[in-house]
Amino acid sequence: MFNYLIKRLIYSIPILLGITIITFAVMYCTPGKPTDMIADFNIKVTSEAKERLVRLYGLDKPIHEQYWNWLKRIVALDFGNSFKDGRPASQKIIERLPATVLLNVLSIFLMLIVAIPIGVYSAVQRYSLLDRILTVMVFVCFSVPAFWIALLLMIVVGLWFGWLPISGLVSFNFENLSFFAKMWDLAKHLILPLVVSTLGSFAVLSRYIRSGMLDALRQDYIKTAYAKGLSKKQVIFNHSLKNALLPLITIIGLSIPGLIGGSFIIETVFSYPGMGRLGYDAIMARDYPVIMGIGVISAFLTLLGNIIADVLYSAADPRIRYK
Amino acid sequence: MLFEKIKMKKLFRNKPAFCALILISIIVITAVFAPFIATHDPSAQDLPRRLSAPSAAHLLGTDDLGRDVFSRTVYGARVSISVGFFAVLITLFIGVILGMVSGYFGGWVDSVIMRFTDIMLCFPTFFLILIVIAFFEPSIINVMVVIGITSWTGLARIVRAEVLSIREREFVLASKMLAVSKTRLLFAHILPNAVSPIIVYAAIGMSAAVLTESGLSFLGLGAQPPMSSWGQILMQGKDYIYVAWWLSLFPGIMILLTVLSFNMIGEALRDILDPKDSKI
Repeated sequence: MFNYLIKRLIYSIPILLGITIITFAVMYCTPGKPTDMIADFNIKVTSEAKERLVRLYGLDKPIHEQYWNWLKRIVALDFGNSFKDGRPASQKIIERLPATVLLNVLSIFLMLIVAIPIGVYSAVQRYSLLDRILTVMVFVCFSVPAFWIALLLMIVVGLWFGWLPISGLVSFNFENLSFFAKMWDLAKHLILPLVVSTLGSFAVLSRYIRSGMLDALRQDYIKTAYAKGLSKKQVIFNHSLKNALLPLITIIGLSIPGLIGGSFIIETVFSYPGMGRLGYDAIMARDYPVIMGIGVISAFLTLLGNIIADVLYSAADPRIRYK
Repeated sequence: MLFEKIKMKKLFRNKPAFCALILISIIVITAVFAPFIATHDPSAQDLPRRLSAPSAAHLLGTDDLGRDVFSRTVYGARVSISVGFFAVLITLFIGVILGMVSGYFGGWVDSVIMRFTDIMLCFPTFFLILIVIAFFEPSIINVMVVIGITSWTGLARIVRAEVLSIREREFVLASKMLAVSKTRLLFAHILPNAVSPIIVYAAIGMSAAVLTESGLSFLGLGAQPPMSSWGQILMQGKDYIYVAWWLSLFPGIMILLTVLSFNMIGEALRDILDPKDSKI
C-alpha cells in the first residue's frame, strides 16, 4: 500500500512536468506578448522603454531558459501579477476559492443523496415502470445543456415567480443583515446554481450505481446471503450496496478538479463569484498570469485526485492488488 | 454481411434508438435544406418589430434586432451538425491512429503516447478549449479543431486496448506470414475488428461536441455574428431574460433533442455491438 503510493507519486512526476510544459507552450504560442498590453496601447511608451520591459520580463531569453524561470516561480505558487489590477494572481485565485468549494462540496453531497437511492432502486426493480421513467429522466438530465436549464430556471423561478435571486452569492445589503438572515440570504442564492450543477453529475453517477448494483446482485455471494436466510433488505444494503459504491471513490476523486476549477458556464450564467468566473474573465481579458495559475492548479489537482482515488480504491477493495 | 443486417435490424427495432435516428435525420435535413425551410432571411433585420413574441408572422418570435428566431434556429442546425461532424472526424483521426500505433507497436512508443494521453486527461477540457478559442480568433472552424484535438484521449485508450487483444489473434499472425505491410495490416485487418467501440465513441462524441459548441457560442466564443447558432441565440436570451423568454426556450429544445438523440443512438449501438454488455 505504502509502496504503491510512493510508486504512484514517482510515476506522476513526468506527468506533472508534462502539464507545465503544455501550459507553458500554450502561453508561448499565443499571439501577442504580455508587454503589448502595457506598451502598445500607450503612445508615451518609447521603443527603448518597451525593450526594457521585455528584458524585465525575461522575454528576450531563449525558450528553455524562459520555461525554467517560469517553472521555478510556479513551484513557489508565484504566477506573477494580474495584468488587470497588478495584484498577485495566486492571491486572486485564493480569494475566489471558498465560494467555488462551498458550491461544489454542497453539490457533491446533493449528488450522492439523489443518485444513490435512484441507482439502487433502478437496479433492484429493474425494468419496472419507475425504473424506465428514471432511466429516461437520467438520460435527459445527462443530455441537457446546463446553461439552458439555468436560463429557464432563472426565468421561471427567479423572474415569473420571484422566489429566488438569479445572480451573485449575496444580496447588496448583506453586511447589514443579522446572522440568520445572512445564512438565509446565502442559501437562497445558492439554490439555483446548486441544482444546475448537480443535474448532469447525478445522472452519470446514478447510472454507475445502477450498473454496479446489477453487477453485484449477480454475484455468488449474494446467492449465499439469500441462502443463509437474510432478508432482502439486508442483502441489498449490506452485501450489494457496499460493493456497488466502490466506483464512487473513483468518481469523487475525479470530481476534485471540478471542485476547485469550478464550472465556467454555470458560474458565468449566475454571476457566481468563484474560480470558474475568475477564469472566464481572465481569459476574456487575456490575463495570462491568472489563466496559467488556474490551469496549472486544476491540472495538478486532477492528478492528485486520480492518485488519491486509486490509493483509496486499493485500500477499500482487497480484490485489487497493485504490483 | 449477414451480421451487419441483423445489427441494423436490431437498431431499427430498438424504439428509442429508432426515434432518435428519425430525429437526427430531420435535423440533418433541416441543416441541409435550411434556405427552403426558413421563413425569413436569418439576418434580415426588422427593427420596428424587435423582441416580438411568437406569432403567425414570426413563428418563434424575433430577437433584439428583429430577426426571425425560427429561421435563425433552422440555420443554427447547420452550425451544430457541421461542428459536431468535423470535430468527431478529427477526434477519430487522432484517436484511432494514436491508439492503433500505441497498441500495436508497444514498447517506448506506447509509453510515450500513453503518458501524453495521461497529461491531456489532466487538463480540464473546457478550460483548455476556452483558452485556445479566446487567444486565437473565435470562429466555428477553430471550435471544430479545438474540440477535435481535445477529445481524443478516451478513444485512444479504447482503441489501444482493442488492438492489444486483436494483435494476438491468429489471423494477424497469418497476415504477417503473408508479408502484408504494416500499414495494410493495421488498417485493413486490425482496424475493422476494432470498429464497434469506435462507432459508439463517435455517436457519443457527436453529442458532446454539439453540447460544447453550444456552450462556447453561449459564452460568445463560438459562431460569430451574422452567423446564427443555437448557443448564440441563448446568449441573447440571457441578455433579454426579462422580456423575451422565447429566445431562451426554443434553441435549447433543439440542443436537447440533438444531444439526446446522439446519446440514445450511442447507447443503443453499445448494446447491439458489444455482446458482453447487452444484458445490462
